[in-house]
Amino acid sequence: MDNVTTAGHAPAGTHAHGHAHAHADHHEQSFVTKWIFSQDHKVIGIQYTVTSLLFLLFGFALMALMRYQLAFPMQPIPVIGTMLGAANAPGGIMLPEFYNQLGAMHGTIMVFLGVVPLAVGGFGNYVMPLMIGAPDMAFPKLNMASYWVYFLGGVVMLASFFMPGGAAQSGWTSYPPLSVITATNGQTWWLIGMIFLITSSLLGSINFIVTIVQLRAKGLGFFRLPFFVWAQFVTSFLLLLAFPPLEAAGVLQLMDKVAGTSFFLPSGLVVGNRPLDVSGGGNSLLWQHLFWFLAHPEVYVLILPAMGIVSEIIANNTRKPLWGYRVLVYAIIFLGFMSFIVWAHHMFMTGMGTTMSSFFQTTTMIISIPSVIILSALFLSLYGGSIRYNTPMLFALAFLPMFGIGGLTGLPLGLAPSDIHLHDTYYVIGHFHYVVAPGTIFALLAGIYYWFPKVTGRQMSELLGKIHFAGSFIFINGIFFPMFIQGLHGVNRRLYDGGVQYAHAQPVLHWNQVMSYAAWGLMLFQIPFIFNFFWSIWKGKPVGSNPWKATTLEWTATTSPPLAHGNFETAPEVFHGPYEYSVPGRAQDFLPQNQRD
Amino acid sequence: MDAHAAHDDISSHVKTYYMVFGGLMVLTIITVAVSYLELATPMAITVALIVAIIKGSLVAMFFMHLAHERKIIYWALTLTIIFFIFLMFVPLFTNLDKISGTIPGTVW
Amino acid sequence: MEIPYTVEARPDTGLANGKLGVWLFLASEVMLFAALFSSYILLRVGSTEWPNGSEELSVPLAFFNTVVLITSSVTMVMAWASLKMNNFGKFRLFLGATILLSFVFLVVKYFEYSHHLHAGEGPWHNTYYAIYFTITGLHGLHIIGGIVVNAYLWGPGAKMWQTAKERFTNRIEIAGLYWHFVDLVWIFLFPVLYLL
Repeated sequence: MDNVTTAGHAPAGTHAHGHAHAHADHHEQSFVTKWIFSQDHKVIGIQYTVTSLLFLLFGFALMALMRYQLAFPMQPIPVIGTMLGAANAPGGIMLPEFYNQLGAMHGTIMVFLGVVPLAVGGFGNYVMPLMIGAPDMAFPKLNMASYWVYFLGGVVMLASFFMPGGAAQSGWTSYPPLSVITATNGQTWWLIGMIFLITSSLLGSINFIVTIVQLRAKGLGFFRLPFFVWAQFVTSFLLLLAFPPLEAAGVLQLMDKVAGTSFFLPSGLVVGNRPLDVSGGGNSLLWQHLFWFLAHPEVYVLILPAMGIVSEIIANNTRKPLWGYRVLVYAIIFLGFMSFIVWAHHMFMTGMGTTMSSFFQTTTMIISIPSVIILSALFLSLYGGSIRYNTPMLFALAFLPMFGIGGLTGLPLGLAPSDIHLHDTYYVIGHFHYVVAPGTIFALLAGIYYWFPKVTGRQMSELLGKIHFAGSFIFINGIFFPMFIQGLHGVNRRLYDGGVQYAHAQPVLHWNQVMSYAAWGLMLFQIPFIFNFFWSIWKGKPVGSNPWKATTLEWTATTSPPLAHGNFETAPEVFHGPYEYSVPGRAQDFLPQNQRD
Repeated sequence: MDAHAAHDDISSHVKTYYMVFGGLMVLTIITVAVSYLELATPMAITVALIVAIIKGSLVAMFFMHLAHERKIIYWALTLTIIFFIFLMFVPLFTNLDKISGTIPGTVW
Repeated sequence: MEIPYTVEARPDTGLANGKLGVWLFLASEVMLFAALFSSYILLRVGSTEWPNGSEELSVPLAFFNTVVLITSSVTMVMAWASLKMNNFGKFRLFLGATILLSFVFLVVKYFEYSHHLHAGEGPWHNTYYAIYFTITGLHGLHIIGGIVVNAYLWGPGAKMWQTAKERFTNRIEIAGLYWHFVDLVWIFLFPVLYLL
């Protein structure tokens, strides 16, 4: 890889350079400070991206394993079964405890180690400073710390699988008393891992907000920011203010597990025929409140960056401005605010009275409004556009109806009466996976195809991209759509045998096999993507700085892998909004933000 | 920057700091003294919180210079306070509104 | 390109990066302690029996600690003011006093804790002690964090005064904001845990 430090530079004074000072990058940086403990947001963004993609693959693998058990309950798993060890799968047949571990860790890894680090840590870190014309994040050392604390948290989470008794097995939601009374230590490691991950998130969110507020280029007022930046901005506030209660709750549960406290343990619990030797007097619902106070804003953390990515790609590939920019901005701010006051719609079945249930039902219905506004604005943005159907655009287009299905299926869950029937069924799993999988993950894939040329100077293969898209689209629907059917039939979630023992599940059991084959099909179709990703780094078609002919600032910084420290030769200046495409009377169909008329 | 002007500027601030210190001491004594009155619980809570809020505001406004801070900080803090209040009271209201007798060892 | 507004304020926001950063951090800390206070409220209101703070804990010790912490807040802001008045010697004195007072606070807390632990009144004893130890423990961790930061700025970090006066003064201001927050939390903790 070429070295873009300024060592061996022409003497100062002959160059009108921005960094005429004794700065670390003037000297040769060692491999360690350049690539491992880097403070450059681009390197850190790549670190986050690679790590999170690996975690996404691992989380997917856990599910692929679970889906075998669901399709063929109590059958020995071929090939891998014997490798899992007698503690997890004696004779290759998955134990219920192991199934539960896979389930809890699949959720945890996908949400906290996969999607959010990729959406925020990866895309946010790499692209956002470039988009606002900044030389780096406001606090580069803090940025580096954020990544490594995330990495440590990931190590702790992975290590928990190898502890005696295995990993956490009480769901990603970790409800007490089960999570506390389960005799094994996996849960303790989970809690410690979460504390690391939450800390990483907090440090990152502070960095993002300060960077966006303070380091915008000259002329880049808030209402000229690309919508991607607004999405990251609101997301960071969610992370900043919603995560601490979960950190506190995690400490409380940790104390319940190791210090014998009873924050969440009610009096009189009997476990294994013996009364539990704790003081009691705790409240299990306290955990649920503190957990969901974070976890609801967390799901908006999952979707908001995706909306940001999709918006950029749609504007670029329709060659026209986004419809309703101001509306989009106000909607996303309102969405962010509302996300803090809907959490107990996850708790309708905990015996809440009608007053509080109505309150949360109402706020939940209200929050669907800005979501619909954003989705509608994105759909309307397509009207009259000169649409280019490249791979990022295909994924971005698919995001729209998929997120639509995810959002619509949220409505019967947000209404308390219908939630009575649907809570804790496969309907819920179908709902949130539609939003996160063909929703957010499709948007993240779109982002990878879109910004790959900026990071590497090469373009990914369109043919492989389209194959990846087609297969993924078909199979992802094959996995998650039948879940609505099973859920409406009352099949519970988190059943290690997929509902085989229940009479009411019998008519819909066959869908388990359909879903499993679809899951394995989806996995197969990621192979062209993985191959494409690595092959293109070395052998992809070389392109210039702005292969997509986009208007936003990140495309003006010269492509050279990696981009020079400091990003821009001179600080860019912005003269107009972010989506000046097809401006009437102009020869070119796009006008970069830093180009005067 | 005129060092002399800055010096005078800060000198008047210093007087304020010591006055606030005095006020905080007095309020702390009041906090403890009131507790000896053994008021009814709701009254005791109200008084204790009001005194604490006054003390906290003094620290925030004068030691933390919040009285002269920028709009953006006020916005961030306002947002925080709104969510703080929600987190303080909504779980409580949710439990008060509950079907009773479901959590042993508690009044819920 | 160098990162701007690390020392001087950005004209339209009126802030330097560090000041905004620390206030955002404090906002997140407010939410952290909010969760713990919320837990306290829920556990207490829901409990069938809950002791009065003054029955279980030593009010005189906590009163003393409150005075100590508030005083340390004054010495902290005076440390910053001394730098603004270009008096490095006084700064050293005031910051040193802050660190000393912080240690006094911790020592008192140590005596409090060991007294209860010896009497078998640990966090496992009942939910009252559980929340007492957790909330004061977390607060204590924040005090330790503050000591580490202040000690660094008093010692090796103070070298920056020679080369970048304004930047160093800002650092003290930011450390001060954190320290005042720690004091602020205690101002609420004291009556809630010890007097009610």
